Amino acid sequence: MNTALQHLPPQQLRPLLASYALAASARRRRMVAGLTVFLACVLVAGWWVGVDLAMFIDKIGAFGSYFSRLFRLDSGALAWTDPADWFWGWRKWLALLGETLLIAYTGTLLGAMGGFALCFLAASNLTPATPRWLARRFLEFCRTVPEIVFALIFVLAFGLGPMAGVLALMIHTFGALGKLYTEIVENIDMKPADGISSTGGTRLATIAYAVVPQTLSGMVTCTLLRLEINFRGASIMGFVGAGGIGQELISAVRKFYYTDVSALLIMIIFTVFILDIITSRILRRLNTTG
Amino acid sequence: MNKLFAKDQIAETTRRHRGAMVIGRSRRRQQAMFAIGALVLLSFGLVQAEVSPTRILAGLGRLGEFIVLMIPPDAGSSTRTYVEALGETLSIALLGTMLAALAALPLAILASRNILPIWLVRVLMRRGFDSIRGVDTLIWALIWIGVVGLGPFAGVLAIATSDLGAFGKLFSETLETADQRPVEGIRSTGGTALQELRYGILPQVLPLIAGQILYYFESNTRSATIIGIVGAGGIGLHLSEQIRTLEWQKVSFIIVLVLVTVAVIDFISSKLRAAISGARPV
Repeated sequence: MNTALQHLPPQQLRPLLASYALAASARRRRMVAGLTVFLACVLVAGWWVGVDLAMFIDKIGAFGSYFSRLFRLDSGALAWTDPADWFWGWRKWLALLGETLLIAYTGTLLGAMGGFALCFLAASNLTPATPRWLARRFLEFCRTVPEIVFALIFVLAFGLGPMAGVLALMIHTFGALGKLYTEIVENIDMKPADGISSTGGTRLATIAYAVVPQTLSGMVTCTLLRLEINFRGASIMGFVGAGGIGQELISAVRKFYYTDVSALLIMIIFTVFILDIITSRILRRLNTTG
Repeated sequence: MNKLFAKDQIAETTRRHRGAMVIGRSRRRQQAMFAIGALVLLSFGLVQAEVSPTRILAGLGRLGEFIVLMIPPDAGSSTRTYVEALGETLSIALLGTMLAALAALPLAILASRNILPIWLVRVLMRRGFDSIRGVDTLIWALIWIGVVGLGPFAGVLAIATSDLGAFGKLFSETLETADQRPVEGIRSTGGTALQELRYGILPQVLPLIAGQILYYFESNTRSATIIGIVGAGGIGLHLSEQIRTLEWQKVSFIIVLVLVTVAVIDFISSKLRAAISGARPV
């Protein structure tokens, strides 16, 4: 190919360049306007919160020293040189970690059951508008109020302990999974459902034989991912007295038992890793065989 | 079915496709075992949490009383305080999200396979992001209170830290989905690595990243409402205080205030997200 690049004559090029400049400047103007609004919001927010950059620079060094204290035992030795002293309370902590896992599991499963029961009522392809609206607003309420707020209230109603945590996670999971399940149900192929209702099948039969088989694997995926999120949620339930490892963590922080804090955090992170590995393995197996 | 096929025909088919049928049956048995195991664990959990019918009934009764006491929502004389605290919550969410995004972008670039093909750096960054995400925002708030003291500043840093983990993962995954052809084009004309990034990759991913940031801002307004519970600023402090002092009308006022605000933010942000993804086609 020996065709040289063609240059347009200037009189032809000028209008093209002008219209390009116009389009580019319009885009740039919009960008600048957006950035200005954004920066204004940031400045207002900074003023409202009382951000003090001098203090920030002053305190950022404190973060380093806080971290070094997290890993220094009372004897002055670095924590990993003496794991027995670092994880001195591992028996109690493991039991609490188990309780946390159990809270997460129980709350997730109960919430998933509720979400499963309600998602068909909230799906636009199965339910008329009025009951659907009610179901959706209810789910929305359950997932918008943070679980720790439910936990605060439930601790007063049901007493201190893991039961309040389980119920709080259940309500929140119910709202969150209910919505995800609804979306899955709305995306199914309606032909099997039409087939069953055309032969005179009841609504229940339609859902059981046409809808559920199509949605089950998607629902299991969402639920497993939710289990991970809920473990994190369960780890803070103890902050308000609703069971699990959070109680131990918050008291260690408040009493400045630095190495206990780091030991507990490491246990939590490690559990999250293991959960992550297990759920992704289950998901992979489900996706290959199902 | 039975009308269409004779009995021996069905028996014949079953025999011929025995493999498939038996697998189906063992699969069903496996599923049943799995379900039973799940239910046993569930009931163990319920026993451990000391859930009992009497406790549930008593608790529901008390919950009913609380709800009756909540109506109508009424802030008393503290409306101004609550609205100001809500402003603080929104500010915390905005600043935290912004800080996290600013810090996460360069880190995510380091963790992207197509930009920096160094295995060790990538794995370390990814694990680091995962560790940060494994710790809840409220725990980060506690840690930052230990460093910078009580107040909204600790809240900003808590949101920023926990989002750093999420953004790092999301951004690097987004960067990896970028089309490599523009990059190759720039490289072929002699562009530097920095130019490849700036003109080849960033224009593709920035709209997506902006959408993700907005989405997280939405979810952070929710988290920012609760970090006050441990003393990291915002409306959560008032909420937990009023719950503990059983001022139920104020509690319901704050909850309604939060719900309305979150709905408004969701609405605005979903409009913005639609505008970003529509105005700048990827």
